[in-house]
Amino acid sequence: MKAFGTFHAVDDISFSVRRGEIFGFLGANGAGKTTAMHMLTGLNQPTSGTGRVCGYDIRTEYEQIKRHIGYMSQKFSLYEDLTVSENIRLFAGIYGMKDDEITAKTGKLLRQLKFEDHANDLVGSLPLGWKQKLAFSVSIFHEPGVVFLDEPTGGVDPATRRQFWELIYDAASRGITVFVTTHYMDEAEYCDRISIMVDGKIRALGTPDDLKRQFQQPDMDHVFTYLARQATKSSD
Amino acid sequence: MKPFISFVIKETRHILRDKRTMLILFGMPVVLMLLFGFAITNDVKNVRTVVVTSQRDHQTQAAIDRLAASEYFTITATIPTPKEAERLIRSQKADLAVVFAQDFASKHSGVQFIVDGADPNMAQQWTTYAQQVILNPQNSMVNLKLLYNPRMKSAYNFVPAIMGMLLLLICAMMTSVSIVREKEQGTMEVLLVSPVQPLMIIVAKAVPYLLQALLILLIILAMSATVLDVPLQGSLGWILLVSFIYILLALSLGLFISNVAQTQFVALLVSAMMLLLPTVMLSGMLFPVESMPRILQWISAIIPPRYYIQSMRKLMIMGVGIGEVWQEVTVLSGMTIALLVAALKNFNKRLTV
Repeated sequence: MKAFGTFHAVDDISFSVRRGEIFGFLGANGAGKTTAMHMLTGLNQPTSGTGRVCGYDIRTEYEQIKRHIGYMSQKFSLYEDLTVSENIRLFAGIYGMKDDEITAKTGKLLRQLKFEDHANDLVGSLPLGWKQKLAFSVSIFHEPGVVFLDEPTGGVDPATRRQFWELIYDAASRGITVFVTTHYMDEAEYCDRISIMVDGKIRALGTPDDLKRQFQQPDMDHVFTYLARQATKSSD
Repeated sequence: MKPFISFVIKETRHILRDKRTMLILFGMPVVLMLLFGFAITNDVKNVRTVVVTSQRDHQTQAAIDRLAASEYFTITATIPTPKEAERLIRSQKADLAVVFAQDFASKHSGVQFIVDGADPNMAQQWTTYAQQVILNPQNSMVNLKLLYNPRMKSAYNFVPAIMGMLLLLICAMMTSVSIVREKEQGTMEVLLVSPVQPLMIIVAKAVPYLLQALLILLIILAMSATVLDVPLQGSLGWILLVSFIYILLALSLGLFISNVAQTQFVALLVSAMMLLLPTVMLSGMLFPVESMPRILQWISAIIPPRYYIQSMRKLMIMGVGIGEVWQEVTVLSGMTIALLVAALKNFNKRLTV
């Protein structure tokens, strides 16, 4: 539980995510997603309750957690005035990767993304979709146990979004747990399991098919709207 | 240590790739030095003077010759009546009128100055100078000797002031903007989720700005010695040491501002308004602290550039040793430590909440 004064942003939530699972974390704006995510990534401490990420306690071992997770923020989160390879090197260095390891892996990554020709381009000069793919690749470059994605595909075109999700599947198949928030319901369908938060509580948890059956709705869009309408706290 | 170095490299790249800001940062000191050194000056020079006299006896003529010979005054006209002189000043054709009395020659006195008092400080200076020139013939009892700045050049006064203003502005503004930019772009969030220590991020940010500030300081000192002919009287080592403390202070101030500001625009505005105005108005840069109202004197006591500019005047122009500026240095060091502690405390608090 996380309380700001008397306001309980996140109240009595409890869930577990398996290794290598793609877990969709849904909720209307203001439902408490970001707060929950901040607690899990060590940016914030829970007022009460506990949690474990990669086996580390979020109340006491957040320094360990930081070492074993990746994070991609809602805003674009690479340096625009550094080149593609400078960004990769900087962030890989932060996570303590060795120089030769970085060099080898950078080459592999750029080939996979078909970015070889742009290794020395400033990130600011790339199209948004490319930047997002690059930011995701950088966030899992150090092979974290879990990667947290906070609305990673905002403002990206559908074609690029598909490519982005291919990268996510690829990461999950390598055993990286993916914890993703999104407002696109078609993306929710891609997740292994999803949870929907309303008013700081988890109101639904299960595979997309389970939830559709449980609430007797034809698709995720309807499930979400059905639940979000029950919110009593302000949601914009 | 390795992440630290790669962060310093990253910050240096940010600075070097922002060509426009670089140009402003290094252009500003040069332009300001030239402006204050040559264009904006309150040196008395070529004051347009009219002489009012009705007779040409030997004594009066000698006084007029002395005026004309000095580089301070240019005699534009000689006219018979004070009324005419007043008219010339009112129509902006002259700055100063020197009226000799009928019996000036016999009494060695009887001079009136009519002066354009729109700028009272300058008016005062002109009349003082004119008095000296006219009434100070070789056999005078009163003699004036100017220490440290015998030619009364205003550059002696301005160089330390420009240093105090620029270093504060550049360091505080650039650090605060660069930290707030990371908040705005979302990169700070990613860094905070990563294993790097927040303190390391901040220190790594400060290093390139520190070097840049020292470079700018050296440019100013070099320009002042070569272009403006203001000699460095004191030891360069002490000047650099005191400046170093002052730069640290400015960097801490920048960190402090970055805690408060959420956008780059606010950071810029806060730095400019809160630092530039008090520095120019209250630090003793333009107006002497001693002649301010009591309450402004108190406010100026908490303005860091005041102490820096004071100590630089003593070290650079008067050439005294570090022992003579220990008070200023103590105040500056105390302020630096207090600001740094406050800023870091605030910074850490923001991260854990």
